[in-house]
Amino acid sequence: MIPAEFDYTAPASLEEAISALRQGGEDAKLLAGGHSLLPLMKLRLAAPSLLVDLRRVPGLAGVARGNGTWRIGALTPHAVLEHTPELGVVSAAAATIADPQVRNRGTIGGSLVHGDPASDLPAVMMACEASVTVQGPSGQRTIPALELFQGYMETALAADEVLTEVRMPVLDGWGFGYEKFNRRSEDWAMVAVSAVVNARDGTCEDVRVGLTNMGSVPLRAPAVEEALRGKQLDAESIAAAAEQAAEGTDPPADLNASAEYKRHLARVLCRRALEKAAGLSS
Amino acid sequence: MSKTVPVHLRVNGVEHQLDAEPRLLLVHALRDHLGLTGTHVGCDTSNCGACTVHFNGQPVKSCTVLAVQADGVEVTTIEGMAKDGELHPLQEAFWNDHGLQCGYCTPGMIMAAAGLLERNPNPSEHEVRHALEGNLCRCTGYHNIVKAVLDAAKTKGATVSAQREVSA
Amino acid sequence: MTTGGAAEQFIRVAAETTEAAPSPSIHVGQAMRRKEDPRLITGKGSYVEDINLTGQLWAAWVRSPEAHARIVSIDASAARARKGVHAVYTHEDLDIEASLPMIWVPPEIEVKTPHHPVLAKDEVNHVGDPVALVIGDDRYAVIDAVEDIVVEYDPLEVVVDPEKALEEGSPLVHEQLGTNKVCEWSLGGGDLEAGFAEADVVIERRIVNHRMAGAAIEPRGVLAEFRADRLTVWSSTQVPHFLRLFLSILLGVTEDKVRVIAPEVGGGFGSKLQVYAEEIGCAWASMKLGRPIKWIETRTEGFMVTHHGRDQIDTIRVGAKRDGTLTAWHAKIIADLGAYQMLLTPAIPPSSAFVMCGVYKTPAVQTDIVMVMTNKFGTDAIRGAGRPEATHMIEVTMDQVAHELGMDPLELRRKNFIPPFSNGHETPIGVTYDSGNYGGALDKLLEHIDPADVRREAEALRKRGVYRGIGFSTYTEICGNAPSRVIGPKGFGLQGGGWESATVRVHASGAVTLYTGTSPHGQGHETGFAQIVADRLGIDPAQVDVIHGDTATGPFGLDTYGSRSLSVGGEAAARAATKVAGKARQIVAHQLEAAPEDIELHEGRFSVRGSPDKGMTLPEVAGAAYVPDNLPEGMEPGLDEQSFYDPENFVFPFGAHACVVDVDAETGKVSVVRWVAVDDCGPAINPMLIDGQVHGGITHGIGQALYERIHYDESGQLVTGTFVDYALATAAELPSYETDRTETPSPVNSLRVKGVGEAGTIAASPAVVNAVIDALRPLGVDYINMPLTPMRVWEAIHEANGGVRA
Repeated sequence: MIPAEFDYTAPASLEEAISALRQGGEDAKLLAGGHSLLPLMKLRLAAPSLLVDLRRVPGLAGVARGNGTWRIGALTPHAVLEHTPELGVVSAAAATIADPQVRNRGTIGGSLVHGDPASDLPAVMMACEASVTVQGPSGQRTIPALELFQGYMETALAADEVLTEVRMPVLDGWGFGYEKFNRRSEDWAMVAVSAVVNARDGTCEDVRVGLTNMGSVPLRAPAVEEALRGKQLDAESIAAAAEQAAEGTDPPADLNASAEYKRHLARVLCRRALEKAAGLSS
Repeated sequence: MSKTVPVHLRVNGVEHQLDAEPRLLLVHALRDHLGLTGTHVGCDTSNCGACTVHFNGQPVKSCTVLAVQADGVEVTTIEGMAKDGELHPLQEAFWNDHGLQCGYCTPGMIMAAAGLLERNPNPSEHEVRHALEGNLCRCTGYHNIVKAVLDAAKTKGATVSAQREVSA
Repeated sequence: MTTGGAAEQFIRVAAETTEAAPSPSIHVGQAMRRKEDPRLITGKGSYVEDINLTGQLWAAWVRSPEAHARIVSIDASAARARKGVHAVYTHEDLDIEASLPMIWVPPEIEVKTPHHPVLAKDEVNHVGDPVALVIGDDRYAVIDAVEDIVVEYDPLEVVVDPEKALEEGSPLVHEQLGTNKVCEWSLGGGDLEAGFAEADVVIERRIVNHRMAGAAIEPRGVLAEFRADRLTVWSSTQVPHFLRLFLSILLGVTEDKVRVIAPEVGGGFGSKLQVYAEEIGCAWASMKLGRPIKWIETRTEGFMVTHHGRDQIDTIRVGAKRDGTLTAWHAKIIADLGAYQMLLTPAIPPSSAFVMCGVYKTPAVQTDIVMVMTNKFGTDAIRGAGRPEATHMIEVTMDQVAHELGMDPLELRRKNFIPPFSNGHETPIGVTYDSGNYGGALDKLLEHIDPADVRREAEALRKRGVYRGIGFSTYTEICGNAPSRVIGPKGFGLQGGGWESATVRVHASGAVTLYTGTSPHGQGHETGFAQIVADRLGIDPAQVDVIHGDTATGPFGLDTYGSRSLSVGGEAAARAATKVAGKARQIVAHQLEAAPEDIELHEGRFSVRGSPDKGMTLPEVAGAAYVPDNLPEGMEPGLDEQSFYDPENFVFPFGAHACVVDVDAETGKVSVVRWVAVDDCGPAINPMLIDGQVHGGITHGIGQALYERIHYDESGQLVTGTFVDYALATAAELPSYETDRTETPSPVNSLRVKGVGEAGTIAASPAVVNAVIDALRPLGVDYINMPLTPMRVWEAIHEANGGVRA
């Protein structure tokens, strides 16, 4: 299949990109790696009138660490995250995205602004309490990942804003687990659970759990976190907490997974992710 | 037809200049404009990997890349894998191990496998299988493809160590 | 026992011993690497999409989004006005009277067959039914134009469930047929009533064999050129000769003026054994416009309008004595044909009946088939075509019987195996198997895998929540289509024959070309057939060029499907080569003044027995044949021979497969962790090619069992229409396979061979299902239908636990 016609521009600076987006109006779209957008355009499920390609805009790719914060450029491809194991759960999740070819082109920024609740990185960003830096005509602002995803494939970015960077606290010493369930390894998650745990002497000081594809937006699992915070981390406490993984969720059903089955998977995967994060399994 | 844009491509070491619609997919630029028909299309959804080419040495799916996005990139296709009449070790291994039947997925498989061996010259069977998760084959059940990639890794390793000996 | 008319005609064929192989095996039997590969691994293969003609235009199709509707209006004005669009055609524009073909006319059996137009007339009957054909400058322009065409539909009631389609008052797919039930067909033999009467246990299972796709990685494609009164069509087809015939009939161009070329074909698996609307439509448009027309299928179209396979609801009843002796076997099949009768649509379910005896000596076996139409795309042959459904029924049920009797599943199988035979075994249903040694294949399998080891592993794994199981399948199948008098108009009812042709041409220099009537799409004919011919002519396979898939080169042929190429086409090639060798012997004998019977092939020369230095090479013989100043009296010049070979029987490959699975009982996810296969297709021509066919075949069967599914929702919308949803397994989901062979010669042909293209698929799915059930028996699961998706397995565990979450 082939995309519908569109106009194209590849500005050399962020300012020009923002201005092109603005002039292009509602049907203008940013193009990064294109691995969320182009498949939709090829199936004619999306038909933007203008593509503003970021490939010539300098300084948007790369991973850097400083002052307790990871800074990840929006155009950093998944493969770079995958091969940066220091990123912990982000690296583990990135390694499960589609396939190597897709990971070589797809970018973290593109994935986040696409806002697909079945994509791996959005819920992981929520679990890591990351934030994104966005640049618009009137300047820069920061949006916490927890506030980024507003509805099904809908984010808090305005039409003329560009996500430039992801900032994430360094979680040194935290354990993590990423459990993704799919039928084939190249598939989207039927359900995935990301967990990061900060433990001291076997006690859970802090814990955050992200849920992928358990609703119209990526989610956290607050009931699990509350149940575990301050508790001794063992198989029993984790299992008990994980039982609440699906609390308050309304997962979309499809041919291969009913809502009930997805809730069940969330509980199982949550337990497994927490066990990994707590160092109880490998 | 939307406004055409100049597209500059460097494929298998050769420069090309096209004037094309921005929506032109890289795979169609390669096939229809440059006559490099070894890169195939097997799906509409970036699943099958038959269109895999290298972008600066890394495998990508050329059905999900606009030709304009390849500006300034070194693109390598299956036609660029054999050098000076010598088959690439992967090509040789696919032949020796019966790693292909209908041959349609083969160029993509070889390009994906070459990406793996570049990063990981000595992969396990598990790593080979996962490196090929973005490439579908209906004929072989992957058995001989996986075998060929493992064999090519051995041969490539042998070649590299032989070269080292010579230079030492 | 009553049988259908076709069954009466299903002649009991005697196995025939043909002429013995005349030459030593030097290349035959070798794992020679393929002659096809150098071009394919360097990107130099030439598939339909790779071919471009001067002045070529592109085609695209407007397809129905409705499963069943009347077409109220079609407005193509905007598309016609679009730059780059040359024409938009609808049904009114086409002057093709005849229906797209269906070639099964069984004697004394009615097959209701609706008219199947190239473009829908008044009514659409499935999602994807073509409504208009757009011709334009390039592939981008025509897809844009398709989007511009506005079709108004008046929806009609839809039926997608074949059992509902059989109910009184169901919506009718084709009102004019008055029913959705379009054919009933039976085959049986032995005393079924007596068989069930003497059974100690009778069990019945409802087995759903769901719809699946061929999913060749190369989409279909057509390039048609009508020029100077000649029509040339390049098509990604398995059947260029069939296609030529029907192009001729439908378009009114005599067959001599039609040439069909199947260039490199990127896989078929039955899905390209068809005469498709797009092939006829593009050829018609080329004649209309005088320009070459090209169409390349998108994958989304492929899932909609490239024929599907399987789709049976099977009710199987089996009787057995307490000691395990099978007494009777009764299968009732509801076969969902979809919305149209395609080339072989209604002839596929009967293929299940032909192998319903399996490898067992059950005295009474009966198959009753009801064929029904629904608002889905047509089903037809997909790898195995009827036999996988039968094997699935038989082998899954064998394990169910074993469990019921408290017997080991392999012991039950051994108890009922037909004893080894080398020259014909007559089954009660009138099918005569050629040769078999089912216990031998199972023995060989058990040399590779010990079920006791697997059970020990299972014990250890269970502590970690992993349930390991082992499943078996011991199968035979019927292939090598086929004896014309059995399958033809007076027999089974196909309006065609089952022979194959070959021409071996030795050129003046001694170079050799084999023209085969078969049409490969990945199988490796260029290599295997060259090995056969080379041995008969004392040359190297590299010297034999194998030409296929072009109706303008060799004699008429019957193409490639049904695992027929080697046992019919390969035998024809062997016979043609043997004729050439025979003539060569006469020439050599004449030139060297020896008796023809004293000339033998020795180290690449036709030489006099006992005097190996007295002889001639093939180039020397060719020289003598084409410069005929010293030929035997009355001999015609030239060295070029043809064979049309019509086999006396089918061939019946067989084997034993074992599958080991791990089931994550918490999630229901099944992983195949080990596969051992022993297949018997007679003596190997090229063992490497056999292994390749088996690997792919097994994967197709695993695919059906675990991953793949064509699914329509209640409104007739195709839910699994891309590779995102139609889950072809990747390398990451599968293990490497362990394969071995036994070699039981077939008495049917001189090569002693049987087909192997479908065997793996026919064997595989029941082994997976048996393994999963074996794994989950400790949790109380005793049966699950395919596809064994994680949710379905989880639900089965859940239900077996009395609704308690595992």
